[in-house]
Amino acid sequence: MERIEVKKTYKLFINGAFPRSESGRVFDVCNSKGELIAHPALASRKDLRDSVVAARAAQSGWAKATAYNRGQILYRIAEMLEGRTDQLATEISDSSGITLKKAHDEVFAAIDRWVWYAGWSDKLAAVYGATNPVAGPYYNFTIPEAQGVIAVAPKENFLAFIDAIAPIITSGNTVIALVPGSASIAAMTFAEVLATSDLPHGVINILTGSHDELAPWAASHMDIDGMDISGIDKKKRAELKIAGAENLKRIHNFESNMTPTRIFAFMEAKTVWHPIGV
Amino acid sequence: MTFEYAPAPESRSIVTIKPKYGHFIDGKFVAGRNHFQTINPATEEVLSLIALGGASDVDKAVIAAQKAYTKTWSKLSGKDRGKYLYRIARILQERTREFAVLETLDNGKPIRETRDIDIPLVAAHFFYHAGWADKLDYAGLGRSPQPLGVAGQIIPWNFPLLMLAWKVAPALATGNTVVLKPAETTSLTALLFAQVCQEAELPDGVVNIVTGNGTTGTAIVNHPGIHKIAFTGSTEVGKSIARSVAGTSKKITLELGGKGANVVFDDAPIDETVEGIVNGIFFNQGHVCCAGSRLILQEGIAEELTKKLKTRMAKIRVGDPLDKNTDLGAINSSEQLAKIHELSAAGDAEGAERWSASCNFPDKGFWFAPTIFTGVTQAHRIAREEIFGPVLSVLTFRTPQEAIEKANNTPFGLSAGVWSEKGSQILWATQQLRAGIVWANTFNKFDPTSPFGGYKESGWGREGGKHGLASYLKEGK
Repeated sequence: MERIEVKKTYKLFINGAFPRSESGRVFDVCNSKGELIAHPALASRKDLRDSVVAARAAQSGWAKATAYNRGQILYRIAEMLEGRTDQLATEISDSSGITLKKAHDEVFAAIDRWVWYAGWSDKLAAVYGATNPVAGPYYNFTIPEAQGVIAVAPKENFLAFIDAIAPIITSGNTVIALVPGSASIAAMTFAEVLATSDLPHGVINILTGSHDELAPWAASHMDIDGMDISGIDKKKRAELKIAGAENLKRIHNFESNMTPTRIFAFMEAKTVWHPIGV
Repeated sequence: MTFEYAPAPESRSIVTIKPKYGHFIDGKFVAGRNHFQTINPATEEVLSLIALGGASDVDKAVIAAQKAYTKTWSKLSGKDRGKYLYRIARILQERTREFAVLETLDNGKPIRETRDIDIPLVAAHFFYHAGWADKLDYAGLGRSPQPLGVAGQIIPWNFPLLMLAWKVAPALATGNTVVLKPAETTSLTALLFAQVCQEAELPDGVVNIVTGNGTTGTAIVNHPGIHKIAFTGSTEVGKSIARSVAGTSKKITLELGGKGANVVFDDAPIDETVEGIVNGIFFNQGHVCCAGSRLILQEGIAEELTKKLKTRMAKIRVGDPLDKNTDLGAINSSEQLAKIHELSAAGDAEGAERWSASCNFPDKGFWFAPTIFTGVTQAHRIAREEIFGPVLSVLTFRTPQEAIEKANNTPFGLSAGVWSEKGSQILWATQQLRAGIVWANTFNKFDPTSPFGGYKESGWGREGGKHGLASYLKEGK
């Protein structure tokens, strides 16, 4: 007799927990044959606000962790992800319609991204910092620091989602990912990877649903410091930037991946002066 | 016993001010149509008539800048661009006194500051960036980073020529051309700088200067031929610029307001700290975006320090900006003076306690005595809003954590100060403070090698140092 499969409920990932949307809403994700795969949660404005509270609470602790520690946790994510390769590849293939082989390659690329960013955490200050030879008896140096809480709106694709969140947290920011449509399936399985990676609660928060609904709320939220809108349609970017101007959010979009630019865009340079003397 | 200083006025005969100025476009001075007066804020004497630039003037300037960009400036080697910038730096050094006197006349700031700080820093900025022009491959932006094109630059009145230097020097070093608008009340040194460009034989159209007011600035921001906007000024205007360019591909840097916290721990060296506090808030009449305008004192020393501070404030010499003994000059305009009065009145009304040094002001001009408010709470307007004048708000704290919470409790994040003898405490505090510049046991120091710019609502990007170059370049390979 064929075994009856136990199917998963896809929920949200906020502050290390897996709640349903406060709104109670879900949406359908189907495979290429039109068969229903799952009902992921359709996140609401309230879910976004809860995520911001969690991300803000987690931020200073995450930024204060040593760069070595952050690097090890990012590497741990890669380790945990490796073990989920087959599951994620199947989900990606089913939900996006690409071949299983291509889906595997996408997961392998995602794993390698985490390894790459893990190695960046303790090199940012060397690459982006400086000591400045000012014309006077002062010691002067510039160090990069995380900006704070960043929202990301990646394209509807698992690797694009990883490309958006990994650089954000490498430097000590916390992140709220707004994952659209079919990418929700793999993103929520990835949340299970995070739950076993020693990542402090609230550092990565994942909301599934619609960019059109969530991105404007994120852009106008006064406790979000920056946004990566690479996955937002070009025609819709201006209105987000206008909303974000209210607290001068740092809003960027990127064409390329695996570049430290994606890390530095969400860091601030702090310059410190101190007199030299006896 | 009081010591009186004999007047020691700097002669103004070194400067020649024309009765009327036009714009500087494509290497030539061109007549304006409408004009407005620029006055000496210390005497209210009309110094000259300044052209009010309109959309057509901005258009001409942008066309000249585009032409210069494609035909000459972007074709020059970095080495040759650098040579022009070195020339400009040297001419500025030679003419320092002239620029200092003119800046003091037009702005109201003391000659001691224009002569010793503003103008020397201007020359230093050009000299520093001249050296970058042929070394951009080493700026951490990949091989052969590329200029953006025409930079529209809008600068404030508090450090007129210095802000010009912060904008023009990096733009030119990186291969961009410039359309610059000086502030309405302080155009004269920018127009004298135009003469320096001619003297240096800078190719026509590389630097264009259009004078005017806010509408002139708006025309620059909205001009489709401009690829980059650099603005220094208020947070309010900065936000409106950010909205204006939201739908364009213009790159943008903003240096905006601040409400800098100056945190003093119990163990701080008290006399040096008093000097640092005075320099932090009374430098340049407090017309400083990074001023230490919130003094946050640990309770154990609050009383003694406030007393010593008042004693020191009573010795600040307010008056003729051209007098070499003057510490505090004139407020830049009657509008700014009205704003300082308004916010100070709010301090009184909300229950803070005002103390001002007693001063004999000249009969004419715009003046405000060095003032502190004690008993200020975080809810008071004078603790939240930028006053941009010689007014200090004093708050107190018990624990270091409380000091940091109060210091960071602002939407701004430009500067902060920390005073302590204990190294580990200083490093801890500098780590916690959310500000782009942290002065530890000093305040209000500037240098072209040192990046400047804010966190949060104090702006986007940095000016100066290696970091400042990124504002004017597209990354290379």
